[in-house]
Amino acid sequence: MASGRDELLAHYRKMYEIRRFEEEAARAYAQSKVGGFLHLYIGQEAIAVGTSAALGEDDYVFQTYRDHGIALARGMSPNAAMAELFGKDAGCSRGLGGSMHFFDVERNFLGGWGIVGGHLAVAAGAAFKSKYVGEDRVTVCFFGEGATNIGGFHEAMSLAGLWKLPIVFICENNQYAMGTPMKRTTPLEDLTLKAQGYGMVGDRFEGYDVKIVQDRVKTAVSRARKGEGPTFIEVETYRFRGHSMSDPAKYRSRSELEERKKKDPVVITRTQLSEAGVKDEALDALEETVDAEIEQAVQFANDAEPALEETMWNTVYKTLEVER
Amino acid sequence: MREIRYREALREAMLEEMEREDAVFLMGEEVGHYQGAYKVSEGLLARFGEQRVIDTPIAEAGFAGIGIGAAMTGLRPIIEFMTWNFSFVAFDQIISNAAKAYQMTGGKIPVPMVFRGPNGAAKQVASQHSHSVDPFYASIPGLYVVMPSTPRDAKGLLKAAIRCDDPVIFLEGETLYNVKGEVPDEGEDEVIPLGKGRIAREGDGCTIVAFGAPYYVAMQAAEKLAEEGIECEIVDPRTIRPLDSDMIVESVRKTHRCVVVHEHWPYGGPGAEIVDRIQREAFDHLDAPILRVGSRDVPMPYATNLEALVLPTVERVIDAVRKVTYTEQD
Repeated sequence: MASGRDELLAHYRKMYEIRRFEEEAARAYAQSKVGGFLHLYIGQEAIAVGTSAALGEDDYVFQTYRDHGIALARGMSPNAAMAELFGKDAGCSRGLGGSMHFFDVERNFLGGWGIVGGHLAVAAGAAFKSKYVGEDRVTVCFFGEGATNIGGFHEAMSLAGLWKLPIVFICENNQYAMGTPMKRTTPLEDLTLKAQGYGMVGDRFEGYDVKIVQDRVKTAVSRARKGEGPTFIEVETYRFRGHSMSDPAKYRSRSELEERKKKDPVVITRTQLSEAGVKDEALDALEETVDAEIEQAVQFANDAEPALEETMWNTVYKTLEVER
Repeated sequence: MREIRYREALREAMLEEMEREDAVFLMGEEVGHYQGAYKVSEGLLARFGEQRVIDTPIAEAGFAGIGIGAAMTGLRPIIEFMTWNFSFVAFDQIISNAAKAYQMTGGKIPVPMVFRGPNGAAKQVASQHSHSVDPFYASIPGLYVVMPSTPRDAKGLLKAAIRCDDPVIFLEGETLYNVKGEVPDEGEDEVIPLGKGRIAREGDGCTIVAFGAPYYVAMQAAEKLAEEGIECEIVDPRTIRPLDSDMIVESVRKTHRCVVVHEHWPYGGPGAEIVDRIQREAFDHLDAPILRVGSRDVPMPYATNLEALVLPTVERVIDAVRKVTYTEQD
């Protein structure tokens, strides 16, 4: 039982880290230290942390532009993540990607993709490679419910189903495709019905309890690893912030938001830990440690060297110098 | 040396590179059991099996994306588009993903892959199947764009493309698959470097830059002009991006005149890029404005008489050369 509690504590630490990271990122954005688009994951943390816990270190993970959570969950340092937001050379993509294009090659986190539906086939390609070389790696690909209407989704699902690729598609259904609620974009309530069209197993659950996410994803990962083909998972979730920083989210009511916040995964996990006997003082101390880490990451990003012009010229081609 | 067809040269390149490296595979519509819509991949399925010669459903965006993901994780895919016209539904994959991954990862993940297939007009296939796509892809940093005109170049350049650690857009001439030409004997591993042009014909009267299928139009025009005493120098850049500006500019410095022949539409594109490079680097050497002969600025019509009006012809090239050499006949 103690080991289960330790694991939950580790999950809580990571979820709290993601939450605090993004709160500080939003603050830095308001101060114009971070630019471009900033899509926050606040409210969805249990999915990234639960999924990451269900994976091995060698497994590949792909995500959309709402990518801070899973990047940190996979072990990217808050320093490298924050420095990327600040456009610094020490950033995970050397300041060339920004918020939407986090990558951590060493941890097999393969982005950070900005076009809705565009990365699903690329993720299927990583899974294809695993099947081609005969390794037992699994690929996990996240996307939002909005992506399930675009062609890129259907072609990737079609090929992954056909070739039984070792991949788990995780649809984070946060209810709104930018500002459009799902009932105005699809005739279905249960998106896993789409999986049937591709001969794929579907699973559907709420994404507020990190352990439930971990267990359900683990089942799908295990299926993929055994060569039994892909799974399409729909996880119900809710983002507490707008689509991006520029979105005040006027398309939903305050009461809806307040109702949803009752299922805040960070709060739920903390409560579970309290109930399991972890003292408030211990949790407070943990939070203070994380607060300090994030504060330090902001300082690090702020003080870091700007992105290098040389990197810009040298990363267009691997094999070619571009004309300057 | 022996004579083989352009399609055979391409097949040999793929076969040899697949034998060289297990990470190389071919994926596309009808590439396996059907033996290729244009029979370029004939025999490859029998030789390498279904694991490495992979038939796909009609899903260009899907299998282009799968190629990209496979390349990012260590394989060397050859993705065949049945024709480049169908690449438009995979445009996002090529532009947003293949051409961007290396940069977005701060130079950590290269994308070593080839997209290949027939480009340009065939015969009477009308507007949706006659695109010369080189201008679209050549404008994208992060991509190589290769347009071989001869069997020898087709083989040597495809081998280089497959070995390249960046994404390569390999544009074969749809009307060139049956063209025969000299290719080094089997076993001679000729790899032609990307980005290097070829002087196809020497002359000092006028430079003609020509690539892809219109290369043959330019060569015929040059033969006719030679009868009149105008010796044209033909430069085939072979690779459109990066462009062998040095070879082109050096030739123009010698001939002082230039006509650029291309199949794409007149608005922009490699044809205009070549003109720009020449005016920048050989302005004082020019004795006449540079002219271009390309497709007319209309969607390709079906009727043969109209189609003939659209594509570059020997007569139009001759006419352009006469204009820049001030030898127009009344």
